[in-house]
Amino acid sequence: MSDNTTLPNGWQLVVGLEVHVELATKTKMFSASANRFGDEPNTNIDPVTLGLPGALPVLNKHAIELAMRIGLALNCKIQPCTFHRKNYFYPDLPKAYQITQYDHPLNVDGYLMLPGDVRIGIERAHLEEDTGKSTHFGGSSGRIHGSDYSLLDYNRAGVPLVEIVSRPDIRTSEQARQYVAELRAILLAVGASDAKMEEGSMRCDVNVSVHKPGTPFGTRCEIKNVNSIRSVGRAIDYEARRQVDLIEGGGVVRQETRHWDDASGRTETLRTKEDADDYRYFLEPDLVPLAPEQSWIDRVRLALPPLPAARREMLAELCGVDKNGESAIVVVERGQDDYVRDVVANGGDPRRSIVYVQQAFAELGPKPKVPAKDLAALTILERDAKVTSTQAKTLLTDLIEAGGGDVAAMATKRGFEALDTSALEAMVDAAIAAEPGAWKKYCDGEEKALGALVGAIMKASKGKADGKAVTALLQKKAKA
Amino acid sequence: MIKVSRLARLSLSPEQAEKMTAQLAGMLEHFRDIDALDLAGVEPMTQPYPIKNVLREDVEVESLNREEVLGQAPAAESGRFRVPPTIGFDV
Amino acid sequence: MKKLVEIVAAVGGGSLTATSVLEEHLDRIKAREGEIHAFNLVTAEQARTDAAKIDADIKAGKSAGPLAGVPIALKDNMCTRGIETTCSSKILQGWKPPYDATVVGKLRAAGAVVVGKTNLDEFAMGSSTENSAFGPTKNPLDVSRVPGGSSGGSAAAVSAGFAAASLGSDTGGSIRQPAALCGVVGVKPTYGTVSRYGLVAFASSLDQIGPFTQDVRDAATLLEVIAGHDPLDSTSIPQPAASLVSVLDHGVKGMRIGRVTDLPEGCEPDVLARLEAAFDAMRDAGATIVDVKLPSLQYCLTAYYLIAPAEASSNLARYDGVRYGNRVDAPDLNAMYAATRESGFGEEVKRRIMLGTYALSAGYFDAYYGKALKVRRLIADDFASAYAKVDAILTPTSPSVAFKFGSKTDNPLAMYLCDVFTIPTNLAGHPAMSVPFGLGADSMPVGIQVLATTLGEQSMFKVAAELERAS
Repeated sequence: MSDNTTLPNGWQLVVGLEVHVELATKTKMFSASANRFGDEPNTNIDPVTLGLPGALPVLNKHAIELAMRIGLALNCKIQPCTFHRKNYFYPDLPKAYQITQYDHPLNVDGYLMLPGDVRIGIERAHLEEDTGKSTHFGGSSGRIHGSDYSLLDYNRAGVPLVEIVSRPDIRTSEQARQYVAELRAILLAVGASDAKMEEGSMRCDVNVSVHKPGTPFGTRCEIKNVNSIRSVGRAIDYEARRQVDLIEGGGVVRQETRHWDDASGRTETLRTKEDADDYRYFLEPDLVPLAPEQSWIDRVRLALPPLPAARREMLAELCGVDKNGESAIVVVERGQDDYVRDVVANGGDPRRSIVYVQQAFAELGPKPKVPAKDLAALTILERDAKVTSTQAKTLLTDLIEAGGGDVAAMATKRGFEALDTSALEAMVDAAIAAEPGAWKKYCDGEEKALGALVGAIMKASKGKADGKAVTALLQKKAKA
Repeated sequence: MIKVSRLARLSLSPEQAEKMTAQLAGMLEHFRDIDALDLAGVEPMTQPYPIKNVLREDVEVESLNREEVLGQAPAAESGRFRVPPTIGFDV
Repeated sequence: MKKLVEIVAAVGGGSLTATSVLEEHLDRIKAREGEIHAFNLVTAEQARTDAAKIDADIKAGKSAGPLAGVPIALKDNMCTRGIETTCSSKILQGWKPPYDATVVGKLRAAGAVVVGKTNLDEFAMGSSTENSAFGPTKNPLDVSRVPGGSSGGSAAAVSAGFAAASLGSDTGGSIRQPAALCGVVGVKPTYGTVSRYGLVAFASSLDQIGPFTQDVRDAATLLEVIAGHDPLDSTSIPQPAASLVSVLDHGVKGMRIGRVTDLPEGCEPDVLARLEAAFDAMRDAGATIVDVKLPSLQYCLTAYYLIAPAEASSNLARYDGVRYGNRVDAPDLNAMYAATRESGFGEEVKRRIMLGTYALSAGYFDAYYGKALKVRRLIADDFASAYAKVDAILTPTSPSVAFKFGSKTDNPLAMYLCDVFTIPTNLAGHPAMSVPFGLGADSMPVGIQVLATTLGEQSMFKVAAELERAS
């Protein structure tokens, strides 16, 4: 997908992202009922979750651990922090206030690097609790307006959240998508969350404004209901264009919250600032301050696994590919970089190793069943032209299906052997002799004629000729 | 006062609003006595006893019984709490 | 009327059954409860079952708990599983919690027999129990007078002999003031020593649960059972409960007891006379009286009436008719919220919610709530200076003896002044208790308040015990 955020007339896009992440703890943020997706409604409830009279919150230690992992992975400073109440009325908010962090959050002042060494600042990553889920019934659209009633499930109420707030450093919708993808990869790598946007364990709110360089930032709009990485890009592109069109048409961008409708590809007004609540933040009197000891922070830092960016870099260096290229991104995302390293350690050809894994191992998970030495052997066969690349592809499929094996034996069994160069040359000469017309056309510059010659040779060789080698020979001969 | 009552989701009749405004105004006037104090440099006190870092192990405890809880709800349906629609609100 | 300690000894020792003790109390309830209205709910049947079980256990040779067979009443803002808990509010009328408050669990484990849930000012907001949605409680000593509040029912229950002891909650004086007005002992312990889990919150940084008893020894005994760290309450102090009963006979020889020289005005002369008598008694018992100043005392009422309603406005927002309690139906959600809360809450509750919401709102936070938190620090500092010079302080508990019904209901501010001597300790988080010390106007009892510093319960109880001996 091309980057559509080249705005007309010199307008520049400014984007900030607020990402809410559900933490992978066993229990909720402030109480011990289960933190589980998909259970029967209202089966993971307790007095705190329901906001019953007399209930009191107690912080989940593991949630703090995971929040610190996120903070450190995002290069934040971890500081002593406090909790505040954010007061407003909504049925999915059982206490009529959300416990969150306000002026002293746990993690501050970090950054995230995007491909191409673009640095996006992270203002804060703080702790808070999730709300319950309301489902609306009646009404035609299934959305709220005009519906008859709502039903509430509080299983999700109280699930630990970390809200990650970026600085408005993002300048293109592509960067925004990369930011979300990279953030997701980091969350998975440190084990903080399963970060599934489709299940709601990672949710993005996008803040978009436009301005002309050299002028102050424009009024921004917050866009909600952006439920996939692709939607992040589409929503930004639409909203930026909407704002530019509005301003150039003489209008003024209102500071408001808008709803992204993926089906229609548009944002719509949700609520304006005037309707916004005064949240009356004040320090949560039922909790005490949190100041993680330096020894705890150090333990968390030491236990952090290598992060995706570092892993991509190491893999790229090992295999001679671009660290921002698709093979590096995909293989690290799948967690298969350790496997590739293993294959290379077993003598595998580095570049072929990563390519094979990228192309064929999509379903195999972080610990593919194919023994590294077997895959290494296959890469060597192809490198040494003992089999053609087409034959290698077939053998790769065989290897995966069998879960390993002696590739040389498998090649022999299939009757695969690649023809060596002198045999190839002989076949090429034979083909030229057999098709002098096509050869003349090719030498005169008709590229299409090449295909016919190659095809004839491949057929005559019964697949034992390596297509690329044949093409190269013909080209060489034509130049001579 | 209207704004405050809206924030607190309390509907007051005009007479009630008037009476309450007068009473609260009187109280707030009385409370201005603290304006006489010099509070520069005084740290606010939010906690009577200085404790930090109260944490709980991440161990699951059995949920409350849904039937017992929904039995006390004003309105319930298919295992969930039922409320009137939220017109004019956000998702 | 048997003391708590007597009952424990008798039932544990086998000379009395829990059932007979219970019936004695139920008889008194039957005789006078109609007049007094101390209870929202008398749980006679369940109590009989509980007492019978205790008797069976003791007979079977099991060891009796530290409160075995003691009939106890609970303020109706403490959650009791399966038993109606209303906070004397229409919005919670009929609500049965699905869980027990921590203190309730402790009482049951100790063998206490819960006889009922007592009346209070709605959501603990008031000083006379006239704000109850279910009608006021009468002072057993003179039914034309209030028992005090907000724990009026719990105080009256002990005063009338309906229970050997009871639990109340104290946010600005709601245990101590009714104790003084009803002639019983009432204790507000150090903030954080008794778990708040299951106590329906009014003002989270001020609320504490505490005992009403007939005498100081009973109070020490009961407090030892209910105090202690609770992992379900983040504000619970990690230290284990102090030993209190053991210091009751130590006397006050050599102790320094403070007299506040800048006490707020408005105290009736009969009450002041009893305070003087209290100081005399302490002097006679070998204590030294030391003058102390608490300059910020005069601002306590303001600080309290900004902090408490602010926290309350947030704590009471959950009463929205969605998950529990009574709902008034309406076509849309906001209308439902407003109608439910309008009809469910009484006037005083609404007033404090409005005041609290205002104090927290944008543009006013710093001027009101923010400032009040700083005043709180000043008061705490004043006390700290005082306690460098003294071990305990004596003040009146209430500016007057129990007043007549309706005499303060027209002017909220006048009612708030009832708490002028009790509020400072809630703000500072300190312990304080009221001990009956003679009679004042119209032969009504006067309570003297003993104050001590954070976790200074031992000093407090030593002085209280001596006061009681001299009374």
